[in-house]
Amino acid sequence: MKILGTGSALPAKVVKNDDLTAFLDTNDEWISTRTGIRERRLLTTETLQELAERAARAAMESAGVSPEEIDFVLVSTVQAETLSPALACDIQSALGLKCMGMDINAGCTGFIAALSVAEGLIASGRAKKLLVVSAEALSRFADWTDRSTCVLFGDAAGAAVVGEGAGVKDIRFASEPRRDVLCASTPPGNSPFAVDPKPAQYLKMQGQEVYKFAVSHSFKDIREMLACHDLQPEDVDFYVLHQANMRILEAVRTRLKVDAARFPHNIERTGNTSSATVPVLLDELYRAGKLKPGCRVILNAFGAGLCTGTALIDF
Amino acid sequence: MNNVFEKIVETIVDAKGIDAASVKPESTFKDLNVDSLDIAEMVMTLEDEFGITIELEEGIATVQDLVNLINERIAG
Repeated sequence: MKILGTGSALPAKVVKNDDLTAFLDTNDEWISTRTGIRERRLLTTETLQELAERAARAAMESAGVSPEEIDFVLVSTVQAETLSPALACDIQSALGLKCMGMDINAGCTGFIAALSVAEGLIASGRAKKLLVVSAEALSRFADWTDRSTCVLFGDAAGAAVVGEGAGVKDIRFASEPRRDVLCASTPPGNSPFAVDPKPAQYLKMQGQEVYKFAVSHSFKDIREMLACHDLQPEDVDFYVLHQANMRILEAVRTRLKVDAARFPHNIERTGNTSSATVPVLLDELYRAGKLKPGCRVILNAFGAGLCTGTALIDF
Repeated sequence: MNNVFEKIVETIVDAKGIDAASVKPESTFKDLNVDSLDIAEMVMTLEDEFGITIELEEGIATVQDLVNLINERIAG
């Protein structure tokens, strides 16, 4: 499987750390030293579907692929525009696609999970060119009264068109099921038969446990990926990691002993946008002309589950 | 007990570059300028050192709190 093109879209509304002080007891220094985040983009009048559509169109344009050529739409999202149908269906409607589409939820690891499903569909002959979109609106289920979590998140969509060919060398996953460390729940509904229905709960996260999981797993998973392919850390041009926290990125980078230039980041501008961070950053690198032929990239993401995904890609 | 305290001091000194003599059992992490992610990072080192797994909870304020938590885990 090969990545043929990428795209991304961010909401228009920029919210700086100091803007949050209007309703939260926080400040720019607290947020930026603990997370690296200076601002994030949040949905106001735009919809998640619109963001996803923009990212998808940009990816198809960069791949030089027309909508008729797409034969599968895979979307990763923690919460689609609607409970049903899937966000993939909204994208199909917007782009006039008649092919099959579906959503995948693997938390922040979603983009890599979707790439893996795409690889299987290509290998089985069921699809030749797929649109993979990661679209997330964390602002809709973050707890805006919890200063330890809501400051972390942003909204975004990233996309890629993938097709037959060589490039994506390997994709691996790891998991450690721990639901309470990072979770959010849906509204309980109004079934007269439900006993003791639990009210919807906004996103809750045990930051220290997630940090430990993320740093230890990312390092281990990347090291394993390198070892399996007989590579040294410096044989990889870019490590495109899930943009969850600058401190996590730095902790993984120093363990790998590679220079900062190999660890691109945009978290200072976007915040954590769950599964969208990896394709958005990938698209920014692509558009900056950094993903030249021969360039080797490792993608790595970690999140709710808890689970992680790692991909090795040669451009 | 002392061994755990000494190891924590060593970890704080490595991470924050502060004088070992300034780290007392009653020192708060806040006073030492050690934030929650610094604690998580230190705990990863201590988990490896002592061969234990620590689930971090709220309310670890002082060095002694962390010593107690680690000793509980070592005792099983």
